[in-house]
Amino acid sequence: MKTIKTSGLLIFIFCFGAFNISFLLEKYRLTEDIIYENMDDSRASLFLENTDALTGNVTSSNFKFLSSLEKKFILLNNQLLEKYSISGEEIEKIATNIENQIKIEEVVSHFPDSEAGRFKAQAFKDYGSWLEGREPSNREELRNLIQNVADNIRDYAIIGTFGFDKYRIKDLKYRLTRASSEGPVSGNSIFWLLLCFGGTVLGGLLYILPNIILQKPGIRNEDIHKKPMSNRGWLGILTGTYLIAFYIILYFFHPYMTTWIIMVDPVSQALSGNPAGQFFLYGFIYTLVILVMGVRMFIRYRHSRYQLLRTVSVMFFQTSFAFLIPEILVRLNQPYYDFKNIWPLDYDFFFDNELNTLIESGGLGIFMLVWGIALVVIAVPVFVYFFGKRWYCSWVCGCGGLAETLGDPYRHLSDKTLKSWKIERYLIHGILGLAIIMTAGVLYTYFSGSGTVLGINTYSLRESYGLWIGAGFAGVVGTGFYPFMGNRVWCRFGCPLAAYLGVVQRFKSRFRITTNGGQCISCGNCSTYCEMGIDVRWYAQRGQNIIRSSCVGCGICSAVCPRGVLNLEVKSEKGRFGKAELLG
Amino acid sequence: MTKRVVIIGNGISGITAARHIRKKSDYKITVISAETRYFFSRTALMYVYMGHMKFEHTQPYESWFWKKNKINLLQAYVESIDFNARKLTTTSGNIDYDILIIATGSVPNKFGWPGQELEGVQGLYSYQDLERMEKYTQNIDHAVVVGGGLIGVEMAEMLHTRNIGVTFLVRESHFWGNILPKEEGNLVLRHLRDNGIDLKLDTELKEIVPDENGRARAVIDSHGDRVDCRFVGLTAGVKPNIDFLRDTELRMDRGILVDSYLKTNIPDVYCIGDCAQHKDPPGGRAPVEQVWYTGRMMGETVAKTITGTPAAYDPGPWFNSAKFFDIEYQTYGWVRHQLGQEEATHYWENDQGDKCVRFVWNESDGKLTGFNSFGIRWRHEVFDEWLRSGATIDTVMQDLHTANFDPEFYPRYESRIRESLNINV
Repeated sequence: MKTIKTSGLLIFIFCFGAFNISFLLEKYRLTEDIIYENMDDSRASLFLENTDALTGNVTSSNFKFLSSLEKKFILLNNQLLEKYSISGEEIEKIATNIENQIKIEEVVSHFPDSEAGRFKAQAFKDYGSWLEGREPSNREELRNLIQNVADNIRDYAIIGTFGFDKYRIKDLKYRLTRASSEGPVSGNSIFWLLLCFGGTVLGGLLYILPNIILQKPGIRNEDIHKKPMSNRGWLGILTGTYLIAFYIILYFFHPYMTTWIIMVDPVSQALSGNPAGQFFLYGFIYTLVILVMGVRMFIRYRHSRYQLLRTVSVMFFQTSFAFLIPEILVRLNQPYYDFKNIWPLDYDFFFDNELNTLIESGGLGIFMLVWGIALVVIAVPVFVYFFGKRWYCSWVCGCGGLAETLGDPYRHLSDKTLKSWKIERYLIHGILGLAIIMTAGVLYTYFSGSGTVLGINTYSLRESYGLWIGAGFAGVVGTGFYPFMGNRVWCRFGCPLAAYLGVVQRFKSRFRITTNGGQCISCGNCSTYCEMGIDVRWYAQRGQNIIRSSCVGCGICSAVCPRGVLNLEVKSEKGRFGKAELLG
Repeated sequence: MTKRVVIIGNGISGITAARHIRKKSDYKITVISAETRYFFSRTALMYVYMGHMKFEHTQPYESWFWKKNKINLLQAYVESIDFNARKLTTTSGNIDYDILIIATGSVPNKFGWPGQELEGVQGLYSYQDLERMEKYTQNIDHAVVVGGGLIGVEMAEMLHTRNIGVTFLVRESHFWGNILPKEEGNLVLRHLRDNGIDLKLDTELKEIVPDENGRARAVIDSHGDRVDCRFVGLTAGVKPNIDFLRDTELRMDRGILVDSYLKTNIPDVYCIGDCAQHKDPPGGRAPVEQVWYTGRMMGETVAKTITGTPAAYDPGPWFNSAKFFDIEYQTYGWVRHQLGQEEATHYWENDQGDKCVRFVWNESDGKLTGFNSFGIRWRHEVFDEWLRSGATIDTVMQDLHTANFDPEFYPRYESRIRESLNINV
């Protein structure tokens, strides 16, 4: 058995190593065809006019290729600006020639009759029409007005019309890198898929499965505080750093990970018929991790039916609702939709593009819209009333699913101090408030068409929310911090849906963790293993029930209790908080 | 002037007393302990050794708690007490008191075995014991545990998780034979043996053999057999830790004698927890009760008395719980190892032999008097109510499902238990 375990570990390390090495394994050849496929004709020919080493040749790494691309886009933009910008001289000339009143026709007559001149004339008409008839009091003011128009033309007309703005650059970097990729992985993506993903899954399972024989059923937390993976030792630090790096690349530098995306392309093609994107890759890895680590949970808690069912549930919801169903919907020309994702965790549910997609998709789209709203308005309060917030957080949710499987070895790292509880309450409710304000702003813009409310730009508000909360907190910190601060950092400190579920659970629910009379011996196993950082013992040793908004009902406190003191229960709200002090 | 309360001992009894005195008064409270600076749960020492927890996890209160609640902690050793002058002499100077609470707990029993003071021979009670055990079990292959009680099982489990072989010497003819009926004892026995514990019944310790450095080398048992080992756990119970008060006017027997108000023979001197011996123990309980929750109850009771609402110690029906490796044990009321004359009993065990329950009731009126359970969790308040109200075995059987405390989705055994009784009767 030990041999199987060791070979599993070796296979895992080998295949995971292959996965990481593959990051740098491809070469990149940008051809004329690729350029024409991914750009409109005028940009393509502009790109090709400037011949350099990039086009037609092989670049040896994604770092070199992407930096060359970046340089090239900047160069082309500068050339365009050089050619089409209204120069200082021209501004001066216009300014000197205007007497009192500005007449656009007169202004544009100063541009030469060349291609560039005609562009400038047309652009000035478009961007400077508001100057018509103005009478600047002095030459300085006049010069400023014209300069202002020239600046707008430079930023919007030239780069937007002929050149490459930042969104286009980001998009093209990804598409060109992906299309130019050539080498072992794109040559045989199925092989690499099997090696990297099949191999790590196999290795992981071989490492995990022998525990059925090696460990008797029961609580086996031996040495959890002594292992370098789970005690913030070198392996934990390494894992955390890797996860953080992975999320940063995923959210902010995805053109660099095209090799990995190409690897899972066959899966995506088979499911939705579309090429894989970075979030397909992410969903695929996420699901595999939950499944493999779910098997670990099965073995570890095989004496507890509650844990077994809960783990089956998160594995099921991740595989079907979060991963397969949305892809199949796309194959059927329906909107990509995760039926269990709930606003405000699903913070972009009310974004205009999302709403429009749903509304334009006919019957099913409208159903999805109504379903999504019903989850927020009906499902959350009703289910929390009957079962506690656990129905979502530790049975259904994807973030919870990852925390309860991949994150299980880190649950004891959550901070149990009163101070962290204080921080938690400010932070999580603050983010709930922010999510509500952000969504209200977005909806205001959707219905009124105005992009600002009370001087706040709703687009930049939602963009910052997505960047700092959606990607930064939920992703980078949420998972990357598992080995440092426990497996529920996001759920505990950040998730606005958890905050909402928690408010209902605290004030209107039949759920509680019951303390069994006076049997508590204050040992502290419950508090130690509470992933939400609840000091469970504080209540248990007083004979009080545990009713906390943050409790996700994972049931581990009850499992690790050596005296059978704690039990997750739903029953009448009467006497829910228990007696305050217990003598008997 | 504000009363000065001094509590000797920062275990569960002393700390519970301190907390409740603070809740009810503004007395000046000082808690003295030589063992550790902060209160910790000694029941959790085994989990520290096994790696389930770190020592700081065993401390139920953060360090700010004491300052905030104005409970003054003093880490010192009490050398003597002048009861007339109401003054303590400690290793950190003298302290005056108006009210004194003695809560010094226990020390492991040693019965004069040859070699009991050798290195690598110890009980498991204090933080220092844990440190010693950590030290003396490094890189060893085999250990012997003497005494088949709860701490003995804990020690066996601790050593087992470090892959140290354990020979377990048990004096009785079945496991924990002075407490458990034979069936329950055998269930635990099987489970221990399943886990690879070499359990020897009807076997006592004769002597511990030293090596040339004065460290345990082997154990000779009452059958004359020798077991090589480098560590010997002595877990034949504990006794009150009161030797430093011998030869004072404080009246004591095995423990310090107290009345139902936990008062000693000296005015304003109280004694609670493991070290107290009840002159008139309530409800068939033992005069000296070395249980976590009785310490807590005595602490709360004495706090009431001291702060002006005198309360007699009333622990209610007996209950207790433990865990033998993976099998949890709960008991409510009295189940003796041998049935009393007026008592009837019913025992049920599952097919796998790892879960069981036993009911004991009065033959004459059918009232439930005791309940044992292994491997199933039961609700304390329901059994407590049944025992207090004198519910009959019929009522108990009928309503048994209301007492189940196992987690959701667990298999339920109430109907099987009920059926087995019907067949038996």
